[in-house]
Amino acid sequence: MNRRRKIILALAAPALAIVFSLGVTALVLVVTGNSPVEVIDKMIESAARPRVQTLIVNSAITYYFAAVAVAVGFKMNLFNIGVDGQYRLAAMLAAAVGGAVVLPAVLHVLLIVVVAVLVGAAWAGIAGLLKVYRGVSEVISTIMLNAIATFLVAYLLQPGVLAETIPGSNNIQTKPIPPSGQVPGLSLIPGSPATVQVYGMIFVAVLVGVAYWFLLSRTRFGFDLRATGASETAAVASGVSVKRMVLASMLISGAVAGLVGMPQLLGASYTYSLDFPAGLGFTGIAIALLGRNHPVGIAFGALLFGFLDNASTALEISGVSPYIVKITQGVIVLSVVIAYEVVRRIAVAAAQRDVGRQLAAGAGNGGAAEVTA
Amino acid sequence: MRNALKIATALAAGALVLAGCGSSSTPATPGGSENPSETSSAPTSDLKVGLAYDIGGRGDQSFNDAAARGLDKAKDEFGVQAQELEAQNGETDAQKEERLRTLADGGYNPIVAIGFAYSGPVGKVAKEYPDVNFAIVDDAANDLPNLANLVFAENEGSFLVGVIAAEASKSGNVGFIGGVNVPLIQKFQAGFDAGAKAQNSSIKLQDKYLTEPPDFGGFNDPAKGKTTAKGMYDKGTDVVFAAAGGSGSGVFEAAKAAGAWAIGVDSDQYLTAAPAVKDVILTSMIKKVDVAVYDFIKSVVDGSPLTGTTTFDLKNDGVGYSTSNPAVEPYTAKADEFAQKIISGEITVPTTP
Repeated sequence: MNRRRKIILALAAPALAIVFSLGVTALVLVVTGNSPVEVIDKMIESAARPRVQTLIVNSAITYYFAAVAVAVGFKMNLFNIGVDGQYRLAAMLAAAVGGAVVLPAVLHVLLIVVVAVLVGAAWAGIAGLLKVYRGVSEVISTIMLNAIATFLVAYLLQPGVLAETIPGSNNIQTKPIPPSGQVPGLSLIPGSPATVQVYGMIFVAVLVGVAYWFLLSRTRFGFDLRATGASETAAVASGVSVKRMVLASMLISGAVAGLVGMPQLLGASYTYSLDFPAGLGFTGIAIALLGRNHPVGIAFGALLFGFLDNASTALEISGVSPYIVKITQGVIVLSVVIAYEVVRRIAVAAAQRDVGRQLAAGAGNGGAAEVTA
Repeated sequence: MRNALKIATALAAGALVLAGCGSSSTPATPGGSENPSETSSAPTSDLKVGLAYDIGGRGDQSFNDAAARGLDKAKDEFGVQAQELEAQNGETDAQKEERLRTLADGGYNPIVAIGFAYSGPVGKVAKEYPDVNFAIVDDAANDLPNLANLVFAENEGSFLVGVIAAEASKSGNVGFIGGVNVPLIQKFQAGFDAGAKAQNSSIKLQDKYLTEPPDFGGFNDPAKGKTTAKGMYDKGTDVVFAAAGGSGSGVFEAAKAAGAWAIGVDSDQYLTAAPAVKDVILTSMIKKVDVAVYDFIKSVVDGSPLTGTTTFDLKNDGVGYSTSNPAVEPYTAKADEFAQKIISGEITVPTTP
């Protein structure tokens, strides 16, 4: 298969999926008595506002970490459903550590991030160890670990353990991180008010994206990882230790998962409280699928989901149920998977035709029948 | 790709679970659907009220619905227009702030935020829009000149139903089921347990919570409520107080099956529950979120907006218990006696278990 066709096919799948899901969404809108054109118009109108643009970028930063965490596993055929529990536990413990220590500015942030990364990696590592030494499916163990993380966080987030009550509030939170441990926002988007800024963690997100790309496509480890994902037996035959790879990719996946809560923690809330955003790990799975585990593809997927999520208020105010956005997101994910399968079959058929043509060229007229086959 | 299909199946299943956690709410009626100027008899007001719900929104048969009732009453009486927006699962404070700002930018004034999760966002946005009147239900962390904190003494109302439960219990064993293990619901438990103990010092108490945060599904999981309640009834409990929002309906079913009592929460559930189970609802702990929302809107209509913290307690009839089920009749004298003691300050009800 030539390179250009490969690229076109790679882009065709997500494009096809998005067009298809827009079609389904439009259908749902028409059935529920709304005008699809008007709704899309409203969404775009809302996204034109600088404040909303900032929110879209901020959502995307968070989603990007979650999706890369999932993608690292996917590359190895590992399905880390546990990103959700990993980032919540990591954010909670990092917040507690960050609120408890006094350090100079840069070191303070660094310590919080390192704690989050280590906790995320350790929590995912449990699933890795279980898989390597006991053959426990990571799908099962990470789901279980999500539940355990929930209870662990609930236990730790109690007044007198790692949390404190806020006078007059029904919330509980860890001790707020002092300014030295906070990451200032950036006024990247002109027109956005000073109270709504892009998370400073955007640099870390870019860094993680580059590191992910480099690791996978420019290192021996990345090659081994992809090889093991593509064919375990072939990888074993060429001397790759599958156990080592499973454990390593779970640890990396968990480490990146540890970063998911950081934009919110270091850039907005400075504390882990009862209403710390949950469920981002599942959004990450959808975006990793949509972005085809590619660092750039994931960035686009994250922005698309950020756009959809932040459009819901604009929709609601114009009388459309915000759940329409959830339908669109769900359909996108399902149609992406289907579109990849369709495109894969087209690619296989095209490759077969190529081979057939070459054979035909080699064997003269005798191979002509194969061309049409 | 076979793998991807497997993943998709798992995802779809996950999405279903998540959808279950959300709510089966009917979409909010937007933009003040009834146009008050069309009907000549209806009063009109040029006030545009913005209401920001917590997750679940209108139709959650619980907390948000109570707020919606207060809004509806204000719509009927004053002819105010309203815009209702609701929180989404997994959203950040920034998105809550944006919701409040969108309302403020759209000319909505006053703006009411429902639930403690809006604490930070309301504090921030109220400062940015000093000319807009804000209110928040269930939170009193901010002190701003244009913000009304509407909080409740849930522990006091729960104390009274605790007294009733202990008195009605033949086995001397009563239960508490909380929706989600958060300080707000622990306040219900603290009051209930204290009330039951005050009535019968040797009473046995069982306390259970359906979920731990951040899983707020415990407020909307009747099946879980039913299983948990059944477990309690099997262990000899004969009265269970369900402070669990929409999960309460499951508790009522379990009570029906066990031939025992249940106690409702927030609104008078004897009147709102399914007819098949209503007779097992001995009483309900009433938390008048609707009154709080209505009172606040009224104060704005009257031109003197509420500010500061208003506590709705037994003294001002902001919490209490319902008497619509005649079966509660024999126990009301005792409960009222305790109510007087709480009002007079003779009894201080704890807020934490």
